[in-house]
Amino acid sequence: MHTIVCIKQIIDPEIPAEQFKLDPTTKRQVRGGLSLVISAYDQNALEVALQLREKTGGKITALCLGEPGAMGAVKSALGMGLDEGVLVSDPVLLGTDPFGVAHALATAIRRIGTPDLVLTGCVSGDTGDKVVAPLLAEELGWPCVTFVTRIEAQDGKAVLRRIVEDGHELVEAPLPAVVSILSDDSNVPRYSKLKDIMAAAKKQVPTWKAADLNLDAARLGAGAARLHLRDVAIPHRESRCEHIQGETPEEQAEKLALRLRELKLI
Amino acid sequence: MADILILAHGQGEVPTPSTLELLGAARRLADATRGRVQAALLQANQSGLAARLIAFGADRVLRAEHPLLAEYQGDAYVAALTQAAAQAAPEVMLLADDSCGREVAPRLAHRLGAGIVTEVLGIEAEGAAILFRRQMYGGRTIATFAAERFPVVATLKPRMLAPAEQQPGRAGEQIAVALRLEPSLLRTRVLRKVTEEVRGVKLETAKVVVSGGRGLKGPEPFKQLEALAALLKGAVGASRAAVDAGWVPASWQVGQTGKTVSPDLYIAVGISGATQHLAGMTSSRTVVAINTDPDAPIFKVAHLGIVGDFRAILPKFIEKCRELTQG
Repeated sequence: MHTIVCIKQIIDPEIPAEQFKLDPTTKRQVRGGLSLVISAYDQNALEVALQLREKTGGKITALCLGEPGAMGAVKSALGMGLDEGVLVSDPVLLGTDPFGVAHALATAIRRIGTPDLVLTGCVSGDTGDKVVAPLLAEELGWPCVTFVTRIEAQDGKAVLRRIVEDGHELVEAPLPAVVSILSDDSNVPRYSKLKDIMAAAKKQVPTWKAADLNLDAARLGAGAARLHLRDVAIPHRESRCEHIQGETPEEQAEKLALRLRELKLI
Repeated sequence: MADILILAHGQGEVPTPSTLELLGAARRLADATRGRVQAALLQANQSGLAARLIAFGADRVLRAEHPLLAEYQGDAYVAALTQAAAQAAPEVMLLADDSCGREVAPRLAHRLGAGIVTEVLGIEAEGAAILFRRQMYGGRTIATFAAERFPVVATLKPRMLAPAEQQPGRAGEQIAVALRLEPSLLRTRVLRKVTEEVRGVKLETAKVVVSGGRGLKGPEPFKQLEALAALLKGAVGASRAAVDAGWVPASWQVGQTGKTVSPDLYIAVGISGATQHLAGMTSSRTVVAINTDPDAPIFKVAHLGIVGDFRAILPKFIEKCRELTQG
């Protein structure tokens, strides 16, 4: 069983509000000295892949599209115990929309060699479009199941636990398939072991450019984007919290209830 | 002129709340651009529902019925909507941002060569362009995307746009769309559906939501939250941390990958306020936070707060609420 996990490197989304800055020209977040992480649900996807390998054997490849610095994300994925990694990085990819990203990822997946399963996180922590897995499935012509927390795979089929509004479904899909992963208590990302981190540092990870993959230039870059990002603004949010004081927690509790009553909220 | 096609759902003859939101947004955009609203209906035998869709603002209902569409299945829905779109030739297609829409909309956009924008909070026309507003960076920012090339497929975040109003006597037409669907097209199938029973009030529409997070340190305190919610005729929610710890079911989750709520009163207990949680609750009218950490981001969005340990606060708070509401 071969699983390819698509990961995205983003600026740590949990930085304090005062450190969050936008670049007025690119309309994107300013990196500054902020730390970079693998987008949260992509880490759950890595964990799902690792658990699957423990059961069925095989290998896992991390695939990342990003700036040259995203090599760090591939290396930390390898540090979790993955077998191989590939970085797709090229200045022409800057500003590429999700359709172009799916085109580049699908081409890289074909180049790596058809896997049994492609996993992504269900949503990224920055742009948060939730569209790469379905678009990738269309590019590859494979089935797609989104918002999945658990996977069991055997005999060319997978049974997927897909979370829906009022519960979950067990969905059967033929492999290969593209699946987007949501977190739950079964796929909490593991800590890397020192020996895996050391091994990851030594692993050769190729960087593929657009030309290496014969990507269609007409689908790449901001100029090819089907929608234009006109404006990004940080909504003005005053800290207007009224702190309920009191000598004891019980007194605070009573005052809070009375205040809510006064405001006709209870 | 913007021609709009929505994907409509109903329960019996009644359009779902998110369908009414799609119709409302579509009608306003069509009126502003002298366009037309069409609704695709994939459920069988729905002349009553189709009539309601017209009363709520649709000019034309495309009834695309087929036995393979009896239950939601992604491949079938994508194929059916691709065919419906070929007939309706819309500039804009609107779907709800739910478990169906988020899976179908991007695939549909891919097949139509359309643009895609998700989790939309607002739509307006600007000359020949159509502007879509949505959050980015986990709710820290509001972004405006402009579509100048069409078609565009958009998913609307539930409970964020005003629903359509019924206009008795409105006229519209119903037409049948002949679909070509083969069973071999459907590659995935649902083996089993497990529905979690909702005790009491539904989270999405509750006027009061009491949510717990990592600070509760275990599943046990959720019993207190349930008692408080029952007292205030509200529902219980949870942060992603509490769901990921396995303390409560996924259907309780409020946030970017859970439910979006906008109650009159949102009480956050032991929730720090990660951006992904805030994305699901900042449109609540009044937010109350109880947390030990005075620097927790939740206090930035809270209107009322207590810095302290919920274990010391909650019992007395529940007692006082009981006294006030039942006294």
